[in-house]
Amino acid sequence: MKKYWREGEPMVWATGAALTLTLMIAATLIIVVMVNGLGVFWPKNLTLVTLKSGSRVLGEVVQREATASGEGERLQFKIGNRDLYGLDFRWVDEADFEKTELPEAAMVLERQEYGNFYGMLQSVSAPGFEASSSQALEQLMEQVAIKKQGLEEFTEKINDLNRRTSKLEHQKQILFHDDPQKNQDAIAALDRQVEALRGEFEHLVNRQTEAAVELHHYTATFSDVNGTQKTMQATEIVRYYQPNTMNVFEKGLLYLARVVELFIDDPRESNTEGGLFPAIFGTVMLIFLMSLFSFPLGVIAAVYLREYAKDGTAVRLVRIAVNNLAGIPSIVYGIFGLGFFVYGIGSGIDQIFFPERLPTPTFGTGGILWASLTLALLTVPVVIVATEEALGAIPTGIREGSLALGSTKFQALVRILLPMASPGIMTGLILAMARAAGEVAPLMITGVVKLAPALPLDGTFPFLHLDRKFMHLGFHIYDIAFQSPNVEAAKPMVYVTTLLLVLIVLLMSSVAIHLRNKMKKRYTYGTF
Amino acid sequence: MNEQPNAGAAPVIDAQKVNFYYGNSQALHHISLSFPRRQVTALIGPSGCGKSTFLRCLNRMNDLVDGARVEGKILLGDIDINSSAMDVIELRRRVGMVFQKSNPFPKSIYENVIYGLRIAGVRDKATLDEAVEHSLKGAALWDEVKDRLQESALGMSGGQQQRLCIARAIAVNPEVILMDEPCSALDPKSTARVEELIGELRQDYTIIIVTHNMQQAARVSDHTAFLYEGLLVEYGLTKKIFMKPKNKKTEDYITGRFG
Ligand SMILES: Nc1ncnc2c1ncn2[C@@H]1O[C@H](COP(=O)(O)OP(=O)(O)OP(=O)(O)O)[C@@H](O)[C@H]1O
Ligand SMILES: [Mg+2]
Repeated sequence: MKKYWREGEPMVWATGAALTLTLMIAATLIIVVMVNGLGVFWPKNLTLVTLKSGSRVLGEVVQREATASGEGERLQFKIGNRDLYGLDFRWVDEADFEKTELPEAAMVLERQEYGNFYGMLQSVSAPGFEASSSQALEQLMEQVAIKKQGLEEFTEKINDLNRRTSKLEHQKQILFHDDPQKNQDAIAALDRQVEALRGEFEHLVNRQTEAAVELHHYTATFSDVNGTQKTMQATEIVRYYQPNTMNVFEKGLLYLARVVELFIDDPRESNTEGGLFPAIFGTVMLIFLMSLFSFPLGVIAAVYLREYAKDGTAVRLVRIAVNNLAGIPSIVYGIFGLGFFVYGIGSGIDQIFFPERLPTPTFGTGGILWASLTLALLTVPVVIVATEEALGAIPTGIREGSLALGSTKFQALVRILLPMASPGIMTGLILAMARAAGEVAPLMITGVVKLAPALPLDGTFPFLHLDRKFMHLGFHIYDIAFQSPNVEAAKPMVYVTTLLLVLIVLLMSSVAIHLRNKMKKRYTYGTF
Repeated sequence: MNEQPNAGAAPVIDAQKVNFYYGNSQALHHISLSFPRRQVTALIGPSGCGKSTFLRCLNRMNDLVDGARVEGKILLGDIDINSSAMDVIELRRRVGMVFQKSNPFPKSIYENVIYGLRIAGVRDKATLDEAVEHSLKGAALWDEVKDRLQESALGMSGGQQQRLCIARAIAVNPEVILMDEPCSALDPKSTARVEELIGELRQDYTIIIVTHNMQQAARVSDHTAFLYEGLLVEYGLTKKIFMKPKNKKTEDYITGRFG
């Protein structure tokens, strides 16, 4: 027994168990997210159940569980048709089932509003055209797609006009702010230009309305499982399919199409459906900007601490402070960011550079710049600590070797020390990025929004709009999971968004790790 | 070898009454030593007697140590190296150093050799190429590495690395080369090569070498200085010091009775 203890077996077991436990928790989390997230887009069959009471239920089986009494099971159906029923989900006891079937005609409609519709096609109607086959629906949708493109062109033209108008309005504001008396003529000239644009604008809007009204005549009528008829405009329908007639291959194609849509489309139905493109874009851009700020700041601070500052009480205090910074709750950083960046610096910028727009704030309100700066503050201690450690791990011999050849401290730093420390610095940056990607709280008060009207990077001058608000996957998760009116319907999207966030973090850190390994190879080959 | 100490030209380095302190503890006491041009001087003495400290005073490497302080004069030519008349960068270019543990940079062999020139602002490719060949030949390394100049210096053997460090030091064409136990981490064969090299280098450079190996000191040096507890106990021609030391302590140390 004594020997047993002396060999340290129990310690080995304990450490092994601790490791296994942590790995298992992490693995469980990932597996739950993967299983639920990856399955969301797979088209499920539509089950039609006739109940003993005579009523019928059509929908996707979501889950089954034991009934409260313990006898038999009950099934949860997603029955959709929110506009008709109010609720999209329904529990049914299996004991009440009379008959179960998979009708071929059952159709799923993904819609712009009210979520999915489950039912049967009744008829299709377009100007001078009336039919009831699913081929007719196909033709109708094709025609509508073409017409929609035309409509889009109008929208683009109108947007362009809008931009031009607001530019003129802004010039006017500047002149007005400067001196309304003196600039009277110029202002009047601008007014005339705006007036001209407005005429053009009205013309375009009229034509757009005409086109839209014409589109309203393209409709399709469906009936739900109990015979209630519902006529929908074709433009409302995003996608339609008959899952019970589809084979695995067809379902796979649909799955892919939906995944692609996830990456490139805007969200619908208060974010519970549609794509995540703006949120993905916002997240990546936020992390990128954050790195851009915190990386140089952290590295330079660490270089000063390690290489230039005289080791003493002051430096030690700073070091302790830096280490403790990492432990401050992130919401505190958020509040600081709001007070210092948004209200302090942002308002200052507005007063100096955009006085004509006041009281409407430009930089004096949350935006991606302030959010990324706040995150940079939050992550800079990680970079500092990592850089300091990496610099400290370089043997003094290397430092002295460089100085003994007549280099300045700065030359040694740039040519030898920083390259040698770069793998360690990269590790710090990876940790910082991972931490930043997971933060939501500080963003909520520094510029993240549920739905951003425009991306912080787009085709209009000056292309990079750091003052704009943005969307973020982490906030998206919080928003649709807890703030959406229809939590049950939002659940799949929560999993998908989580999975996506995890994937993005994984992708970004694997790129960084790849870079780090390359550097490592370069600077530590064949140690002596 | 030279018969008389300090024969011929004026000394390259002349240390006068050097005191050195690490904070409050004094490591060197009143050391006066001069190093004749194009000769090898060995510094010997028991561990902790201040050999490295003294050597590092000569190119002001001790500047890097917090709380270090030096008193007295150390003349290079006729300028005091601790005065404002001497730029420390310039000093280190004129007084090169080879360390006990070889410390090649994690760069190619080529880049290692020309490091000193690069930081001095030399850009011309032909000059650099020539310096590499000349220095590597000078360090007796050319034939071994001429085909792999672009490979990492960290892939060389320990002995080759140490010779690379010597090549790196001579590439900037210094007047003096300081060597702090350059062979202590090398096998006998590599040691022999480095010793041979020192024999060749003394044609062009003034060399000051710290060593614990009495045979080595006897083999490579013209002059020997024996330090003990921060004091210079005896200095003279190597032959004389080893044949008939004047001081009892020197004799004991050389014959291996202590240290
Ligand atoms: N950085 C330092 N700070 C404080 N004291 C030091 C420092 N470096 C050396 N010393 C002290 O100065 C004295 C001389 O040290 P030095 O390194 O010069 O000895 P040495 O003769 O080179 O010894 P060795 O043969 O072991 O290398 C020693 O007592 C040592 O403890
Ligand atoms: Mg020493």
